[in-house]
Amino acid sequence: MEIALQNITKDYGSVRANDHVTMRVVPGSIHGLLGENGAGKSTLMKILSGYTPKTDGEIRIDRGIVEYESPAHAAGLGIGMLYQDPLDFPLLSVLENFKLGQSSSDMTALRIRLTDLCRRFGFTLDPDAPLASLTIGERQQLEILRLLEKGIRTLILDEPTTGISGTQKAALFSALKQLADEGRSVILVSHKLEDVEALCDRVTVLRGGKGAGEMDSPFDPDQLMTLMFGTRPKPPPRSAEAPGGPVLNFTSIHARGGRTGLKSCSVLIRENEVVGLAGLEGSGQGVFLRTAAGLIPPLSGEIHLKGQPMKRQNHHGFKRKGVNFLPSGRLEEGLIPGLTLAEHSALQNGGGFWVRWPGAIADAARRITNFRIKGEPNLSVESLSGGNQQRLLLSFLSENPTLLLLENPTRGLDVESANWVWEHLHRFCAKGAAIVFASSELDEILAQADRVMVFFNGAVIKDVRTQETDLRELGLAIAGRA
Amino acid sequence: MTEIDLTILFAGVVAGAAPIVMAALGETLTEKAGLINLSLDGSILLSAMAGFAAAYTTGSLVFGFMAGAMAGAMVAAVVGIFSIHLNRSQVAVGFVLTLMARDLAYFLGNPYARLHGPQVPSLPIPLLKEIPFFGPVFFNQSLPVYFSLLLIGFCWWYIYRTPAGLRLRAVGEHPKAAYARGIDPRRTQMLYTLAGGLLVGLAGATFSLSVKPGWGRPQGAEGTGWIALALVIFGGWDPIRAAAGAYLFAFLQVMGIYLQGWFPSVPAQVFQVAPFPLMIFTLLFMNLAQKERVVIWSEGRPWFRSMLKWLWGKAPTALGKPYAPE
Repeated sequence: MEIALQNITKDYGSVRANDHVTMRVVPGSIHGLLGENGAGKSTLMKILSGYTPKTDGEIRIDRGIVEYESPAHAAGLGIGMLYQDPLDFPLLSVLENFKLGQSSSDMTALRIRLTDLCRRFGFTLDPDAPLASLTIGERQQLEILRLLEKGIRTLILDEPTTGISGTQKAALFSALKQLADEGRSVILVSHKLEDVEALCDRVTVLRGGKGAGEMDSPFDPDQLMTLMFGTRPKPPPRSAEAPGGPVLNFTSIHARGGRTGLKSCSVLIRENEVVGLAGLEGSGQGVFLRTAAGLIPPLSGEIHLKGQPMKRQNHHGFKRKGVNFLPSGRLEEGLIPGLTLAEHSALQNGGGFWVRWPGAIADAARRITNFRIKGEPNLSVESLSGGNQQRLLLSFLSENPTLLLLENPTRGLDVESANWVWEHLHRFCAKGAAIVFASSELDEILAQADRVMVFFNGAVIKDVRTQETDLRELGLAIAGRA
Repeated sequence: MTEIDLTILFAGVVAGAAPIVMAALGETLTEKAGLINLSLDGSILLSAMAGFAAAYTTGSLVFGFMAGAMAGAMVAAVVGIFSIHLNRSQVAVGFVLTLMARDLAYFLGNPYARLHGPQVPSLPIPLLKEIPFFGPVFFNQSLPVYFSLLLIGFCWWYIYRTPAGLRLRAVGEHPKAAYARGIDPRRTQMLYTLAGGLLVGLAGATFSLSVKPGWGRPQGAEGTGWIALALVIFGGWDPIRAAAGAYLFAFLQVMGIYLQGWFPSVPAQVFQVAPFPLMIFTLLFMNLAQKERVVIWSEGRPWFRSMLKWLWGKAPTALGKPYAPE
């Protein structure tokens, strides 16, 4: 099926998310939709999938103009979408998720269909498992199969490679290629150049809600970056301080939590050091960070901070010693949705009998300028974009931290914002802080860390300096072969 | 000391629990769709009054039950319209309605207080009632009791085995995802709010026409609405376990009567009130399954572990959160 979007415009109140965007998708092709955060990619695709109504413009399918009100209607026309926040049902079983929305109600037949589809694409999904026990990657696989069963001929994927492992990414990409070979169209929404380069035949770039340009494969990365950002941002310089005295010392720590817990972990982290934690999601990195932050009490073993034992201390005790933890769930664990930037400032400064609003607003305004946040003191934090939320969180780190613990500090950020974040973090490092960060992007670890620790099944199986290793070696270690 | 006749005791429990079962199952249906109807306690009284008044005036029990069901559905409709379509707080609307429906019931029911009205006759089932023990307990009862027994199995089958039940759970889990798959979350929520209200209404009518026949102030059904609400949580949003909780509560109430006879020196109020804190205690026990330390402790004890697993229940993810379409 051929899809043409013509002059699509979408207004959210006074904000124009899409401004006369035009795009054409050829049958049997994989079409990339590239752009930085907030460029309007998701909005455009939600319009195509029928989830969001458009303000103006035309959608043509096989040259005929179509109008639709709901995703079910779009699916009937053969368009299906994998949303960025998965729209599935964690408490229901795999088979029940597969069934919901299908016209057939014959469970036995659907079970056979699901098994067949799994075999065709090389996925392994247990129909009776609860969905909550699946990884994000497996949930994606199920969604793709469900949409195929529904008879869709155009599949839209919104940032599908965020939060899935390298193996799952390979499985996903080969499935997408298979779909294109069968004559279906795939639209891949991404802010990652590598995804687009690996997969797409043609790419449309959005910038600030407008179409910035189109390009055919093979792509020139420099040209794509120019289309995305105007001018290409440079990676930030690294601090070159030699490691100083010990900051964090783990002696055979065992801890519970996550999928794997943390097993017999002994680590020494020094001042000025940037340590990257690699590994499949949930291999113990999260538990490591939370144990180091005093959020998870270890079952056995000892923690020393700057040489002092931290037995029976909680998170606040660790905080007083200069430990700062930035979790990956910005709105879940970091910021308080519903409160404004100024209210966050007021909370941070605390104390006294009443809130000094002029001071809080001035403080928020100062953060907005210093950290180049796009927002207002009286705006609630959930209305900020992901990158700006991260900047706000960074602004709340203490002035002179001894240890910074970061979980996926640049997840969901475009290259420019990520660079800005790292530039800022390296400044702490130059002042003698140690940084430990978990990331699912090996490129980021290799570019930003002095040292990398690879987690596998709850244990550190590799601990090397980044100059002495490479992508291939780390990839093997992540898969358990160190 | 009076001897306990187990047959009579359990027959009393099954009969006494019938309206609680209906109310708890009705609320389970509503909450499975993601909506909390907090008005249960007032709703039960209002429908008890409506049921009695209608049956008394027309002389027909069928009309009585219909009036009760209608009253329950109407209160539920108010909760539904306010919270689903007008985006008002479910808790606030439900709470105010509880108080309003109760006072309305007392006010409108005044002319019917302490009158002798129609009462549901018992309807033993031939042959089945001859089975020792089970016969008198389950098959020598009245129609509402049979209905409550069948309803347990039906609700379970409906929720977990039919496509409609799957859609119901989907809406309670993730309304936006349900919408993306062609289900109308608002219509589904409204439908099950009404269905739940209908069952709550039948529960009320069962009180005034069978379990505690007649109307008065107090009627005797006061407080059961709150218990039914707790039972839904107690049952982990599962109809069979919610019903099991209803029987446990009825058992505790009946036992209270016996205990009062055995220990006349203890104030009667102790035994009347005892079931309530005992229910809270049971709830506490059930939540043990969510405690990490208890789970760790249970790992070496398979019997305890399987019991915890059975007790464990999770609320529908979208419960109480309003659904706002894009």
